[in-house]
Amino acid sequence: MGRFNLSNQYKAIVIGGSAGSFQGIVKILSGLPENFELPIIMCLHRLKHVRNGFVEALSIKSIKPVVEPYDKENIKMGKVYLAPANYHMSCELGNSFSLSTEDMINNSRPSIDVTLESAAYVYKNKLIGILLSGANRDGAMGMKRIKDRGGLTLIQDPAECMMDTMPTAAAKLTEIDYSLKIDEIIEFLREVNKVSKG
Amino acid sequence: MQDIEIADLRRLTEVIKEQYDYDFSNYAMSSFKRRIQRILELYKIHTIDMLIKKIREDKSFFGDFITEITVNVTEMFRDPSFWRELREHVIPNILLNHQTISIWHAGCSSGEEVFSMNIMLKEMGIMDKAKIIATDIDKVILEKAKAGQYPIKNMELNEKNYIRFQGKTTLSDYYKEVNGKAMLDKSLLQNVSFREHDLVNGNIFNKFDLVLCRNVMIYFNQTLQNVVLKKLHESLFKYGYLIIGSKESLIWCEIANKFIVVNNEEKFYKKIKD
Repeated sequence: MGRFNLSNQYKAIVIGGSAGSFQGIVKILSGLPENFELPIIMCLHRLKHVRNGFVEALSIKSIKPVVEPYDKENIKMGKVYLAPANYHMSCELGNSFSLSTEDMINNSRPSIDVTLESAAYVYKNKLIGILLSGANRDGAMGMKRIKDRGGLTLIQDPAECMMDTMPTAAAKLTEIDYSLKIDEIIEFLREVNKVSKG
Repeated sequence: MQDIEIADLRRLTEVIKEQYDYDFSNYAMSSFKRRIQRILELYKIHTIDMLIKKIREDKSFFGDFITEITVNVTEMFRDPSFWRELREHVIPNILLNHQTISIWHAGCSSGEEVFSMNIMLKEMGIMDKAKIIATDIDKVILEKAKAGQYPIKNMELNEKNYIRFQGKTTLSDYYKEVNGKAMLDKSLLQNVSFREHDLVNGNIFNKFDLVLCRNVMIYFNQTLQNVVLKKLHESLFKYGYLIIGSKESLIWCEIANKFIVVNNEEKFYKKIKD
């Protein structure tokens, strides 16, 4: 049995991050086992009008290429997805993505709340939500929805965050199951992978 | 606030279909749900049942509902690289074989894209060769498009896009600032006719050389995207161009084989089969 005593119920992982999260994300993506099975769905705050470059930068050290999905693209096992610039990214029932150009939420498009809330709706108690460093409150409501629907909530240890506003805001709004450093998040995800493969 | 359940949305779309002949049942669930949530908050309506009752009983409220349900966030020259490609390759290509050019903005919203198009055509010296039809499901937003007045704070982003588009002058040559609003030059609409049209239930009303439908179908599910794409296909002359949003794709639609990809980065498709 691993440190986190996890069950094999999980079907997807969502990650939100903003200011100060880039290094952590890169570390996580490079530290995962290559056979990592669950889809990883990321929403990171990014420049609205720069379409190219970010996904490439994230892919360099990642164990697998990071993909910016097209509207209505299916969510597949073993893939790593990133919300594209200037679109909100949602999960749909039937496991596909929808993109949208709705108003900015929390001054952001893509908004982490949008991705997390829609994922909570689709995956319910089969979802793990991870919120990393950030300087605003986007993602807090999304984490609450994940918790309300029975999912697991994890934040980056505020003491390790370059900007701790975002994980702290989530912890104020809802129950957080784990507060971990990036290295521990990697250990956690390795255990998730082991357990989900049986 | 309580989360909305799918059964609630189904009941709502059925009532609307029955009473007003608008069909939202195949809208993408995630964004439709957010729009409904937004309307509940905006009008301080506490439950879906109360919303259904209001829609049933209040016809004028239903007009407001249509306005709020549609997403009207847009920019002038959104994706400047797309506009450059349009100017440098697609428009010249159409004009190789045509004296005039007919354009349909399907889902034109508040008209920023229509103004962008005519600014571009004017700078190319060919605005008089183009006939433009701009349609939207929402009457109110069409009036805004016709008025051509945008909050001055939006113009900073629009100007940035225009600079990256590498326009010939500056965007401020095309508008005057009046009471905190940017009033676009009305002569930019002289070749444009606006009309109310619902892509879901509406008829095919004309044929075009160029159809722009960018970031409209993302609000539909795949079933409805297929239906609408068939209509767009039928509305194009053979060898006409269809343009969709940068993160939309025709790959998984039923009539994909009737188009070829001209530019995958900017999402230009050409109709090659009737």
